[in-house]
Amino acid sequence: MTALTPTTLKRPALYGALILCALLTVLPFAWGVSGSLRGLDEIRSDPGALLPHHPTLGNFTRLFETQGFGRFALNSLVVAAMVVAGNIAAASAAGYALAKLDFAGRRLAFGTVMAALMVPFTAVFVTQFVITVDLGLADTLAGIALPGAALPMSVFIMRQYALSVPDELLEAARIDGAGEFRIFFGIFLPLAGPAVATITIMSFLTSWNNFVWPLIVAQSMSTYTLPVGLAATSQAAAHVTDYGLLLAGAIVVMLPVLVLFLCLQRYFVQGIAGTGMR
Amino acid sequence: MTTTLAPATRETTATTKAAPRTAARTRRTAVAWLFLAPFTLLFLLYTAIPAVAALGFSLTDLRGADLRTPLAVNFTGLDNYLRLFQDDSFLRDIGNTALFVAAGVPLTMGVGFTLALALDSGIQRLRGALRTVFFAPVVTNVVAAALIWQYAFHPDGTVNQALAAVGLAGPNWLDDPDLAMPVVVLLGVWRNFGTAMVLFLAGLQAIPRDVYEAAALDGAGRWRQLRYITLPLLLPTTLMVSVLLTVFYLQVFDEPYLLTDGGPLGSTESVALYTYHQFGAGQFGMSSAASFVMLVLVAVVSVVQFRLLRSRT
Repeated sequence: MTALTPTTLKRPALYGALILCALLTVLPFAWGVSGSLRGLDEIRSDPGALLPHHPTLGNFTRLFETQGFGRFALNSLVVAAMVVAGNIAAASAAGYALAKLDFAGRRLAFGTVMAALMVPFTAVFVTQFVITVDLGLADTLAGIALPGAALPMSVFIMRQYALSVPDELLEAARIDGAGEFRIFFGIFLPLAGPAVATITIMSFLTSWNNFVWPLIVAQSMSTYTLPVGLAATSQAAAHVTDYGLLLAGAIVVMLPVLVLFLCLQRYFVQGIAGTGMR
Repeated sequence: MTTTLAPATRETTATTKAAPRTAARTRRTAVAWLFLAPFTLLFLLYTAIPAVAALGFSLTDLRGADLRTPLAVNFTGLDNYLRLFQDDSFLRDIGNTALFVAAGVPLTMGVGFTLALALDSGIQRLRGALRTVFFAPVVTNVVAAALIWQYAFHPDGTVNQALAAVGLAGPNWLDDPDLAMPVVVLLGVWRNFGTAMVLFLAGLQAIPRDVYEAAALDGAGRWRQLRYITLPLLLPTTLMVSVLLTVFYLQVFDEPYLLTDGGPLGSTESVALYTYHQFGAGQFGMSSAASFVMLVLVAVVSVVQFRLLRSRT
């Protein structure tokens, strides 16, 4: 490990080591893609080969025709849309208030957001489940989306951004007689594009990759999201070890986010660096 | 709360001119809480109330079957906690979780820090591309990643074929109680080193260049600069990353659940997975007690972090 430090090595060695690390990092992706392109016979006869001998898209068609992945994908999208909309609405308002409004209970409110960032999911999921059942939202997409609809992480990102908006701008509008809601919608929100983008990306990512909560709430195939559907398919296929099919499912689940990440990586990295959270 | 405050405020501003200052402040407070209302409502419903209720549940013999018949539930005091700490599998899981933390945190930090240092050492070409590649596992879905891992560490999988190519007989990784844990930890490290790297990079870039130049003028070599400038100035970042990762590995769930479901022989079952298994068995009271133990552990780590951060920065 220490051999990697730039202090002891010349540039070419540094590049070599970094590229080797990069290859190791993407190796699992390569395994996944290559496995997903191999037929069942080929996986059975030569399970560990890195490259497919006769590449085929058959696994992907089987996935959508027999395993209901189209439905799972639609569910994932609907849940993510609800989560993103909730986060933009709730967090932009809350973040603005925490950064720019002077009010009784402000310290308490901010302390609450910070504390909420740290409550472990395993400490609350049993009661969250009971509440979801009581609200009649078990086995519904809304029941899957609602707990993530106002992430403290989003509020934190929005507050940090709002702090950087100059007070003079808002003060001027106040002197002109504009109400807080007009200032929020007319001045702050149009300026908050980068923060809204970060929140959109982060809450979409959280929702799309969320696994345990949908696993608990979704009880029938019709409400499965992609990760839950994939896990269920994997358990069902455990005895057949139909890895081609499963790896095709894995590609379908991870590819949209990876493509999105390649296009918008600045916002992903900002989001993580801003809060240190996923 | 906000709905009752708002009309009262308006009345005050209209009638009492004597105290416009406090009236204006009350009004501002009402408006602010209106802005905070959607977040606060969901926070109360899905975080605050569940956290308090979990503590309540942990003091009862609540079972999944009792959800519709609350009267059948008995208050059992600290029974669940006593049973927990007499349960060999829970004690084993605390040990497993400690192992996750002890192995996962230093490995993730070590890889993240080394890569951050390498990327920050003045290389220009490929820098953005390399950062993107190293960060990609962070955004990768864990279910998908775990499937690929299972495939790779299958007895006839890619890893063992690679071992066979150099004449080694590969073991049955995920079915061996001694080997399953390293594979599960490896998946955790792969998924998290990108986060550590990004945070370390941000910390490294915040160190002013002229500090290094001054040190170089005074004859300090690269190692001395690393030892006496980089590491001390990076301490706040290091503390933050270490606590972040500690909290993460304390709660580790996805990786052991998906790769081994806690097996073989419970060798990879974490406290979080214990909580989930109790929940799945309908033992909501026991599950809540175990999750409350975890809440306390996470809270202790977080408080220690804040103390450290405050005293150091």
